[in-house]
Amino acid sequence: MSAVHPVDHAHDHDHHDHRPYGLMRWVTTTNHKDIGTLYLWFSFSMFITGGLLAFGIRAELFQPGMQLWKPELFNQFTTMHGLIMVFGAIMPAFVGFANWQVPMMIGAPDMAFARMNNWSFWLLPVAAILLVTSFFVPGGATGAGWTLYAPLSVQQGIGMDFAIFAIHIMGASSIMGSINIITTILNMRAPGMTMMKMPMFVWTWLITAYLLIAVMPVLAGAVTMLLTDRHFDTHFFNAAGGGDPVLYQHVFWFFGHPEVYIMILPAFGIVSQVIPAFARKPLFGYSSMVYATSSIAILSFIVWAHHMFTTGMPAAGQLFFMYATMLIAVPTGVKVFNWVATMWKGSMTFETPMLFAVGFLFVFTMGGFTGLILAITPVDIQLQDTYYVVAHFHYVLVAGSLFAIFAGIYFWLPKWTGHMYDEKLGKLHFWLSLIFFNLTFFVMHFLGLAGMPRRIPDYSQQFADFNMVASIGAFGFGLSQLVFLYAVIKCIKGGEKAPAKPWEGADTLEWTLPSPPPYHSFETPPVVK
Amino acid sequence: MSTTTNTDGYYIPQPSYYPIIGSAALFCLAFGAVFLMNDIAAGPYVLCAGFAILIYFLFVWFGKVIGESESGQYSPQVDLSFRWGMSWFIFSEVMFFAAFFGTLFYMRMLSVPGLGADATGEYLWPAFTPGWPTVGPGIDEKLEVMSAWGLPAINTLLLLSSGVTVTWAHWALKANNRGQLILSMILTIALGIIFLTLQAVEYHHAYTELGLNLSMGAYGATFFMLTGFHGLHVTIGTIMLIVILFRCIAGHFKPEHHFAFEAVSWYWHFVDVVWLLLFVLVYWL
Repeated sequence: MSAVHPVDHAHDHDHHDHRPYGLMRWVTTTNHKDIGTLYLWFSFSMFITGGLLAFGIRAELFQPGMQLWKPELFNQFTTMHGLIMVFGAIMPAFVGFANWQVPMMIGAPDMAFARMNNWSFWLLPVAAILLVTSFFVPGGATGAGWTLYAPLSVQQGIGMDFAIFAIHIMGASSIMGSINIITTILNMRAPGMTMMKMPMFVWTWLITAYLLIAVMPVLAGAVTMLLTDRHFDTHFFNAAGGGDPVLYQHVFWFFGHPEVYIMILPAFGIVSQVIPAFARKPLFGYSSMVYATSSIAILSFIVWAHHMFTTGMPAAGQLFFMYATMLIAVPTGVKVFNWVATMWKGSMTFETPMLFAVGFLFVFTMGGFTGLILAITPVDIQLQDTYYVVAHFHYVLVAGSLFAIFAGIYFWLPKWTGHMYDEKLGKLHFWLSLIFFNLTFFVMHFLGLAGMPRRIPDYSQQFADFNMVASIGAFGFGLSQLVFLYAVIKCIKGGEKAPAKPWEGADTLEWTLPSPPPYHSFETPPVVK
Repeated sequence: MSTTTNTDGYYIPQPSYYPIIGSAALFCLAFGAVFLMNDIAAGPYVLCAGFAILIYFLFVWFGKVIGESESGQYSPQVDLSFRWGMSWFIFSEVMFFAAFFGTLFYMRMLSVPGLGADATGEYLWPAFTPGWPTVGPGIDEKLEVMSAWGLPAINTLLLLSSGVTVTWAHWALKANNRGQLILSMILTIALGIIFLTLQAVEYHHAYTELGLNLSMGAYGATFFMLTGFHGLHVTIGTIMLIVILFRCIAGHFKPEHHFAFEAVSWYWHFVDVVWLLLFVLVYWL
């Protein structure tokens, strides 16, 4: 593709760089790879924290009756599990991928704003401290659910204020990170890399970053109004003053629905890199993938009220939001079709990244179908706030986003560390995750259809068996992640030396760099033909 | 070589302690604000510490950026990055205000009329006549609203004129006319400060004479939230203009290289446009 000798350049620069060592290297770094690593480890630590909360939830629900926690604490667990997994685990993981991969995939030396990049990351631990501290203040953490609906969130204690400011800070981090990613993609591509030659992962992140800049400020507005209603006597969400609690839901979901796509579009991007590499065929229908991703992003702004069918809305509104929601199935269908068509007649092998990508395809698509079912207004009115909804969004967030994150980690670990990961461990991790995931969440469909409400610490006797299955699955899923942790650490410590391009079918720019890549990716921009 | 640049000259800063200072500032600000709002004694001190760190942070960070710019580290490609960055930042600000304008729209068109309609109006609040402006059905206070054609109209003129003067300054900068540049910058800043003073007078009038405050239902909440956040942005914009004025006096800008000036003028036009929407939707209609 290009005549670059990055090793020599890296060698030159070793004499010039005066980098702090030890902890201070990580605190002060302006390097996209260091920052990407920080994001990924932060995400993993939040994944463990949120996972422990999930253990707490599933332990209480292991059998009917009140066993372990008071109902208020149970509510805090569900709320904080949601907030931590969404804002602490999934989103930072994808930003970590963007940091590592975007500059390498477009042939840039680093991110456009390298110093601000550091700040985007180092705001996250501040937000995490706020969230975790809130468990230990009078009244505990907020228990209003991760959506923080008024009026419950207006009435809660000091823990709610911690959550509000944590959201403000995470929002600032996301906006800065997104401005950085968009600017990098728009302004720092190697000569010859036109927009329509960019790898799909880069495209999906461009669109994701746009969504983030558009909706994170709206969330900031929503929680600001919550704060003034709580402390400054405004009446935004209080009917006595002419306000409306439903207004909060509108503003929140105007953020919340694009947020759903913020958490899945980069996953689509990763899968779109992995499947062609292991099918040894170029991605089928590249341009239609780009258009489908853009359509999903645009449609995501006009479907928010499908989260609110039961809160009261004119029939015309219900119809509009129902049809608009179902319309999203079209571009999503295009994507699934293209992934399958990419594999058609390919010379496929099933290393761990491909296993996770194919697993993603099966299980995420199921989450997509249950989403279509929930889009149907009369059905949704029956299923609102049941375990069917819990099953649906865990199919898209765990089997969708998280499986894609795993696929991406195994796919790029050889590039990042310079070592091959242990294929046996990777496969073990995949199969354990897939089985325990379905054990946990598949049964929740039945529970929901039978009417078991979500966010309640106790349930009727008839739900007992499926809940026990789900709890066993959840513990199994959580423990399986130790295999993942071990596989990653083992790969970082050593292992078979990875060549520059360990995957035969991979063809993006990062594979032209040695493994591990030099500290500054492309000092001389490669020329893309 | 103290910095790392690739062969095309894209500037990549060395490792920096500044970001962690900014995180410390926001850490103190968040904890201080939470403590203050919940009557915990340490609140004001932690909050003040946060502001102090934040001001220090802004000084050193922007000082560093100005130094890098003046020493010629920023290539045209870096300049373009700044342009994209500032544009997307302003877009995020637009969306922030959109949340509050959306709230105003929702209250005026949906929630307030809904309170007087159907069974809600008939059984819950039979005495309530929906309309705008309103304090809502449950607040027993007489609402005095801010008239559009007093101070707000003067303020509209002030901000529109400041948009003209900042464009005049840009024209003077491009023509390399330092006298006019500094004069028009001083005029722009003066207009901004007069605007803020009049806003303060208006708030004082609202609180002391009209009895209009944040607790006055839908009208009070939207009025103060929208004008308050706008005023905050004008304040930030004025501070930025003052910094730019000093940089003009120091001779930092060249006719072909002055993005900091343009960024601030973009921001200034943005708060100008927000004001026009405010004037029409909050004060006038």
